[in-house]
Amino acid sequence: MDVGDIAVLEREDLDMLIAALRSMGFRTIGPVVRDGAIVHGAVSGAHDLPAGWHDHQEPGCYRLEQDESPELFGWAVGPASWKSEFFAPEETVWRASITAQQVTLSEPDDAAGPVAIIGARPCEVSALAVLDRVLMGGAHPDDRYAARRDGAFVVAVECGAPASTCFCTSMGTGPSARGAFDLALTELVEGGHRFHVQVGSEAGAAVMARVPHRAITESDRSARQDVLEDAETRMGRSLDTADLPGLLARNLEHPRWEEVAKRCLSCGNCTLVCPTCFCSDVSDVSDVSGTVERQRRWASCFDLDHSYLHGGPVRLTTASRYRQWLTHKLSTWWDQFDESGCVGCGRCLTWCPVGIDLTEEAAAIRAADGAVATGERRAS
Amino acid sequence: MAMTATAEHAGRPAPQRGTLSPEPYRVTGRRLEGADVVTLALEPHHGRPPTFAHGQFNMLTAFGVGEIAISISSAPGAPGPIEHSVRDVGAVTHALCRTPIGATVGVRGPFGTHWDVDDIEEGADVVMVVGGIGLAPLRGALRDLVDRRRSGGGRVFVLAGMRSPDQILFAEDLEEWRRSGAHVAVTVDVGAPGWQGPVGVVTSLLPDTPFDPTHCAAFACGPEIMMRFAARALVDRGVDPRQIRVSLERNMQCGVGLCGHCQLGPLLVCRDGPVVPYGGVADRLFMERQR
Repeated sequence: MDVGDIAVLEREDLDMLIAALRSMGFRTIGPVVRDGAIVHGAVSGAHDLPAGWHDHQEPGCYRLEQDESPELFGWAVGPASWKSEFFAPEETVWRASITAQQVTLSEPDDAAGPVAIIGARPCEVSALAVLDRVLMGGAHPDDRYAARRDGAFVVAVECGAPASTCFCTSMGTGPSARGAFDLALTELVEGGHRFHVQVGSEAGAAVMARVPHRAITESDRSARQDVLEDAETRMGRSLDTADLPGLLARNLEHPRWEEVAKRCLSCGNCTLVCPTCFCSDVSDVSDVSGTVERQRRWASCFDLDHSYLHGGPVRLTTASRYRQWLTHKLSTWWDQFDESGCVGCGRCLTWCPVGIDLTEEAAAIRAADGAVATGERRAS
Repeated sequence: MAMTATAEHAGRPAPQRGTLSPEPYRVTGRRLEGADVVTLALEPHHGRPPTFAHGQFNMLTAFGVGEIAISISSAPGAPGPIEHSVRDVGAVTHALCRTPIGATVGVRGPFGTHWDVDDIEEGADVVMVVGGIGLAPLRGALRDLVDRRRSGGGRVFVLAGMRSPDQILFAEDLEEWRRSGAHVAVTVDVGAPGWQGPVGVVTSLLPDTPFDPTHCAAFACGPEIMMRFAARALVDRGVDPRQIRVSLERNMQCGVGLCGHCQLGPLLVCRDGPVVPYGGVADRLFMERQR
């Protein structure tokens, strides 16, 4: 097969695909059920995948249910995004041993080896592209992230099970596969359990050369169309993106920011589950032997210290921190990186403990474009 | 996305120091600039320091304490070590200020945009409005401009606001620039016995400064509120807002656009700043609260 080719993989041959990736040296990571959620874990065969599991998502709500269906990908997205595979939640970026005359610096090796991620939704493939631009698209790439990304293999799975919190169609990131995948599968259950397979790269073609597959038929094609069209109609939410960056940029003193701040706990859950949030803190940890480590961990713009300058934080109020988060995702990300920072995965709605809905907040501002909070005046 | 079919080939590029790893530099000089500011002279353990431009910054590491962004306060191309002037305000700056000669600190950089002094129009006046340690990022540029202007062309005006007469930073430099023909005015927040100069905010110096607002380039560096009022006063005098440059400051933990902390609206200050035009960029941001 070549890049752009399409074939069909029977359900019983899915193990062969995973085995091929493993034999080529990849760690195969995919969706598994753990702690009542679909998260990422080691997958050695199709038996590890969440057969019959479905997620029910609402703002502030996530439930898993299992039925008799053979579906392996009958769910939308879980709380874990793929960014953690490439952008470690916590890692040591360098280690130094220090004596009176000498500082010897070393960078810990990434021993884990290249990863194949199985089951990335189209919105998540887009999210990785967004992260790529931030973390390795500039003049000073994050070499640790880049090394992990360059070696990785992406098996996308087109989305047939959007949640009520999903709005990828508004963001142009799904439910069909697009962007940089090596292989894209579409799970087809009606008329025989099988997968529609698109080859997205040379590496993907090389893997398919090791996996039994058959030619596509007209009924396979229409079955995939049905899955994707059904997904679009079941998309739970939408976001009006018309002039959205401009809308938010001209409404920085809108009363809605204060209103949402009354509900927002400033807990940072949304930034943890967001597949594109990239902020990080560094701290130096030293011990008595004279070793110093610089550790980097995920950070959140909802933390008061995030904007700390001598004299205190810049963004003192919850309203200013929520505004920073939302305007960054939907408006200033365009200024900084020439694209949206939101891919419409809906995680920030689901995992917000008070169920704040980004699409609703943006719509509220649009509904009263130009409103200014009473008593608020621009600084002069 | 995998570039090769087999993982064995999908390795890391040739080993090199990571983006976030500092180079070791030796402290070869230290000078007290006032009660709480120390200028450190730094030389790399190996090789020469990379070239930099006026107004750029380095990330300085006090090993075991942390890393912060500090503007370079010497001039590019000047012989000798590169200099950074550090005010002792937090844990890392405190450790840096106490670093003895001969000790090692970490340096990453240079990063950020620069004062584009080479673009100043021939013959135009140059107005520098600074507050306290805000003189440090302009010190190298001032040295070069005073040298350059001595041989003719426009004039150089330095308006500096300092805390008190005994805390006038870079007093020797200010004196030298004055001797070299620059117009130097210093005001203090709080006077002291024997102080003959003005007392008040730095913008109060502007009305008595005889620069040509229609043919000048202005640079402001200091606390944000100082830059806001300085820039506005310059505009009121008739200076084109696009001819004013300011240097922004936000929390920075990487210096290279990766950590997200230095966001200021559309800007990543480490990448798109710290030096930005006032007209069309900073004028708007200065008006927006808590960004």
